[in-house]
Amino acid sequence: MTLAHETHEHDVLIIGAGGAGLRAAIEALAQGVRVGVVCKSLLGKAHTVMAEGGIAAAMANVDASDDWRAHFRDTMRGGKFLNNWRMAQLHAQEAPERVRELEQWGALFDRTENGEILQRAFGGHSFKRLCHVGDRTGLEMIRTLQDRGVNLGIDVYMECAITRLMKDGDRIAGAFGYWREQGRFVVFKAKSVVICTGGIGKAWKITSNSWEYTGDGLALAYDAGADLMDMEFVQFHPTGMVWPPGVQGILVTEAVRGEGGVLRNKNGERFMERYDPKRLDLSTRDVVARSIYTEVREGRGTEHGGAFLDISHKPAEYIKRKLPSMYHQFLELADVDITKGPMEVGPTCHYMMGGIRVDAETAQSSVPGLFASGEAAAGLHGANRLGGNSLSDLLVFGRRAGLAAAEHAKRSPTPTIDSLQIADAEREMLLPFERGGGESPYAIHEELQDVMQRLVGIFRTEEDLRQALSGIEKLQERTARVHVEGSRLFNPGWHLARDLQSMLTVAEAVTRSALARRESRGAHSRIDYPDLDDAWGKMHNVVVKKADTMKLFESPVIEMSDDLKQLLIEESGTK
Amino acid sequence: MAAVPMAETTLLVFRGDRESGKAVEYRVPFAPGMVVLDALHLIQARQAPDLAVRWNCKAGKCGSCSAEVNGRPRLTCKTRMDSLPRDKPITIFPMKAFPIIKDLVTDVSWNFKVNRKIPPFRPRPDVEWKMYQRDVDRVQEFRKCIECFLCQNVCHVLREHGKEEEFGGPRFFVRVASLDMHPLDDVSRASVLKEELGLGLCNITKCCTEVCPENIHITDNAIIPLKERVVDEYYDPLLRLVRKIRGAGRA
Repeated sequence: MTLAHETHEHDVLIIGAGGAGLRAAIEALAQGVRVGVVCKSLLGKAHTVMAEGGIAAAMANVDASDDWRAHFRDTMRGGKFLNNWRMAQLHAQEAPERVRELEQWGALFDRTENGEILQRAFGGHSFKRLCHVGDRTGLEMIRTLQDRGVNLGIDVYMECAITRLMKDGDRIAGAFGYWREQGRFVVFKAKSVVICTGGIGKAWKITSNSWEYTGDGLALAYDAGADLMDMEFVQFHPTGMVWPPGVQGILVTEAVRGEGGVLRNKNGERFMERYDPKRLDLSTRDVVARSIYTEVREGRGTEHGGAFLDISHKPAEYIKRKLPSMYHQFLELADVDITKGPMEVGPTCHYMMGGIRVDAETAQSSVPGLFASGEAAAGLHGANRLGGNSLSDLLVFGRRAGLAAAEHAKRSPTPTIDSLQIADAEREMLLPFERGGGESPYAIHEELQDVMQRLVGIFRTEEDLRQALSGIEKLQERTARVHVEGSRLFNPGWHLARDLQSMLTVAEAVTRSALARRESRGAHSRIDYPDLDDAWGKMHNVVVKKADTMKLFESPVIEMSDDLKQLLIEESGTK
Repeated sequence: MAAVPMAETTLLVFRGDRESGKAVEYRVPFAPGMVVLDALHLIQARQAPDLAVRWNCKAGKCGSCSAEVNGRPRLTCKTRMDSLPRDKPITIFPMKAFPIIKDLVTDVSWNFKVNRKIPPFRPRPDVEWKMYQRDVDRVQEFRKCIECFLCQNVCHVLREHGKEEEFGGPRFFVRVASLDMHPLDDVSRASVLKEELGLGLCNITKCCTEVCPENIHITDNAIIPLKERVVDEYYDPLLRLVRKIRGAGRA
């Protein structure tokens, strides 16, 4: 029997209220369907607020010869050709229009002298392509979308966590969750569900990610039968803060290098000359992160185990204007004035290239009625994401997911949710209170972060990955016995106990996929297989749930259309 | 970490809900560069797993972790422990102007309701989408707001007088300013400011400006110009006449 719970009914239910979720909601609403958005935090606090550098879009406002073809080429090269080419094409073609639209909804970007949107340089982009607002582009984006969505009338369920997707036969029927505030259960009935829950970085110890990044959406989709693809590709951003310990991992935007910042080791050498003499500090993130890591490992790191990043050769006023948050962040948290001296930086877990496998045009997963966009979806970025491509991803595929989810809802009958599914979901959530003497979720989380940080980091080996896998399995067993103290009223221990399940699922998927891919490509570096392998370049790793265990299979990369192949050959001279 | 035994700090953290509550003492190890939010997380992990704290980014960008530290409203993620006197316990209480849900978490939903009263950005018809940095600069200041609601929390119109029904609060004056001063906006929000957001109740004590973690000059740059605008619109007969004749397309 199920306990008393609220029920809400929508045509389209969106899980996650970051850039992708809000853009999806706005689009679905424009199609005239009933839209609900559920988010774990308050509205406007999603991880998107932390995006700093900018939105990549080939608007050609600064470099007149930029166009979508160049953006497409950069994206494919950055992703080491493991990208879904069609997604990369749509993304490059549609990003400028999405940025203009954002401006027409009230966003205020920095300007060129002619009054156009200003664009800056970024790693892996061959032109100045990032539309930005100082170093708080994500805040501008989320606030614009939030206000637009609220004014259009989306229903937002704040501080509400989804713990299961509900199905009607093969197709999606809604979702089950609880209000963080009182702990009461809630059922959402919906014809389409769009997962926009972002990434998985809280499974690592040193991370730029907010607490919400526990891989919920990926785990929900996986449990509902969807494919997770390319899970081995976890991006370590080269520049996180390394000191003081309390702020370790907090992001130092790539815009510091985009605006002319230079990396040096403790001997003062500009070490990127060794690793990528052509692009230097503006090489792709995978290359820069590995370079810093290698410098540290070989004894040329800074006192706190990082590298120096210096922009103090630029005028102080310029730095304060272009990088105001970085200026304050270092001054207040690390007692460093970046207009006068270097920052100490090191790699931090930042972004998940892999995720739910989706169709390029519609963002639909392998489960009918289940869609995904933003960081939770796989495909666009391949083996490594270029900076600035995530904010444009949110807009381009958020919109596409919202559109397709609304269309799907319009032609689908109302699903039914059987009460056994609900009762089971309730039972699962109440168990941690009922069992006595189990472990604390905080302790298990710390151990998981330690395992992932040590064994599934920037450089990987078969031995480490096997050890990680057995560690994760043990933690999964212990999590099944986890105990929660207190009541259901706003109880972070209870919330973490549920989030742990998601983190363990994604940790297992990352580790299994990393173990299988015996090559080094993009963000995935195997010390025991240091080179690119052409055969692996034609394969994705996919995990799927079969009879309650994780199965991994290889799936061929979709063949690129001839005109795009030609496009890549034409400029094969540049790396 | 050095092998030297670490010093400890004592914190008095509010524990309770709508019905009752009291300050509870916790001791945590003191590490260099630690912020108050780190201490709260340590308490959660080791001593009080159900201690309710709101936070997201831990980098001063999301505005979730607002609380009153030693009686002063602050972001706990940007408050360094070594900036606080350690000869007495550090007190951490929830924001006073909002109803308590549990421990340090307050019900800030009222703010979201106020926001809905504000007419959205509407560009001038047939506008050419060009703007210049000098015109954008002024507005960008207001758009730095991270909605931590510390300004709402210290505003005595809300904190002491409880005028939630009549008054919008500094956060939403900043928001109106960001819309009104947008170079391409075509809406007058003077009547909303006067009638629905009660701008007149603000008597410019500047408490909001003092606590803003984004250093927005809330009073000088947002509230005072808005007050002038309302005065122009409502109390300047000459301007009113000119507007009436011009029609100006204003609401």
